Amino acid sequence: MTEFFQYVVVGLANGGIYATLALALVLIHRATGIVNFAQGEMGMFCTFIAWALITHHGLPYWGAFFLTLVVAFFGGAATCKLVIQPLSRTGELTVVMATIALLIILNGLAGWIWSPEVKFLESPFPLEVVHVGGVVMNVQDLGVIGVSLLCVAIVFVFFRFTRLGLQMRASAVGPATSRLLGIRVGLMLSIGWGLAAMLSAVSGIMAASRLPFDPNFMLIVLTYAFAAAVLGGIDSPVGSVVGAFLIGIGISLLSGYASSFLGTELQLPLALAVLMLVLIVRPAGLFGQVVVRRV
Amino acid sequence: MIGASPMALLELDDVEARYGPIKALHGVSLSVEEGQAVSLLGANGAGKTTTLRAISGTVRRTGDVAFDGRRINRRPPEAVARLGISHVPEGRGIYDELTVWENVILGGSIRRDRRGVKRDAELALRHFPRIADRRKQQAGTLSGGEQQMLALARALVSRPRLLLLDEPSLGLAPTAVSELFRVVRHLNREEGLTVLVVEQNARIALTSTQHAYVLEVGRVVLDGPSEDLARHDGVRASYLGY
Repeated sequence: MTEFFQYVVVGLANGGIYATLALALVLIHRATGIVNFAQGEMGMFCTFIAWALITHHGLPYWGAFFLTLVVAFFGGAATCKLVIQPLSRTGELTVVMATIALLIILNGLAGWIWSPEVKFLESPFPLEVVHVGGVVMNVQDLGVIGVSLLCVAIVFVFFRFTRLGLQMRASAVGPATSRLLGIRVGLMLSIGWGLAAMLSAVSGIMAASRLPFDPNFMLIVLTYAFAAAVLGGIDSPVGSVVGAFLIGIGISLLSGYASSFLGTELQLPLALAVLMLVLIVRPAGLFGQVVVRRV
Repeated sequence: MIGASPMALLELDDVEARYGPIKALHGVSLSVEEGQAVSLLGANGAGKTTTLRAISGTVRRTGDVAFDGRRINRRPPEAVARLGISHVPEGRGIYDELTVWENVILGGSIRRDRRGVKRDAELALRHFPRIADRRKQQAGTLSGGEQQMLALARALVSRPRLLLLDEPSLGLAPTAVSELFRVVRHLNREEGLTVLVVEQNARIALTSTQHAYVLEVGRVVLDGPSEDLARHDGVRASYLGY
């Protein structure tokens, strides 16, 4: 049983990494109506920035972390303003294509600037273990879980309880009405893209604190995050976070108990097969809801 | 024919508007004085809604639209709203997914004093007891009449200098229509709010306003004091049905 809980803790750490990126995907989907395929690469690029700030510019870990988040915010907002909004008049497919182009551009750019070799980011958490009731837990894993949950909580509080958050939600569900109320919908959209980029940066930096990274390391995270967002219901922020933790735990248990006869190669295919089965039963996702409407 | 007075708060002069290749307004001129309630009558497709949209900037327009002496032709909707023009659009524009309270509060988006917004939201809801008690409910669950009341309450929270109402009676039960217009008359007569209302229901529009314009195929064909128009043979035959 202790083994089981150990797998769960590892799963929660991975789940936190998927959750922050899945939440970013959901924010963009709600506001812009598309899936941003470059979301993972935005996180990857930010991870390289954080790494460069620490390695080449001598910044302390958390200093680099927060500076990177600031860069991520403005980078995300600028992407929205300069690329997404000018293209949005031409239709959703064009915007989706643009995000795929952005994925490839960011990936190539990172390799060109920082070389495509594998890099290591020092972990901000001590390499120690703690024992809780017989379960051995990595402080690293606990740190990743803590940072992810904190970021998710901040995003929820922001959207639920602040005036700006409310105006952003309103702009996402009713842009035409919002403009009549004097809300600057374009600005709200840019802020949304900025926030999503910050979440991606957290996801990338946390992922890199557990494993070595290269320009391709976020592609697999994006796949799981996308699966999590769809599993939870692509327009449900809560659903995407729950979905991410379910997928994280599921994969951890799978690799813990079944890798001897399944092999690690089947992890991703199996996870996605389960996802598709769930969606056949519940097409709107676990938390997808039908809006109540009376005419 | 055009009552162009120096006191006019809103002045439209030869305004044209089009949707793609189709011209919807062929030179509309009208004016609304501060504190006045004005109705805009006409058949379907006469250009009533387009006239309001030309004012709030949700359709591209040429000609002159002046608000408080300022030309606003080139301003986008959010900038027009910030000048104090509140447009309650056709279909009400309620955020179904948000709560009643969130909808009302969003009316104060252009204001900086958050406490004032909350206070005015309470005051606006006081006009409509039916929705005031249901502030935590999802707005999409309200009936059509209640949604129209919510849209009006929300518009008031911006403290508008000019209120544009597009077909508030559309699809509502008669009791809801009279409740709504009772509030509109109160706001205009007791609180001095300037109102421009588009209506199919000419009877209630003419009894709630002081001046009226009649549109036909994108042009003003008739205007005058509302009580005179109510007695006008052509208006009676076309819009009042007796």
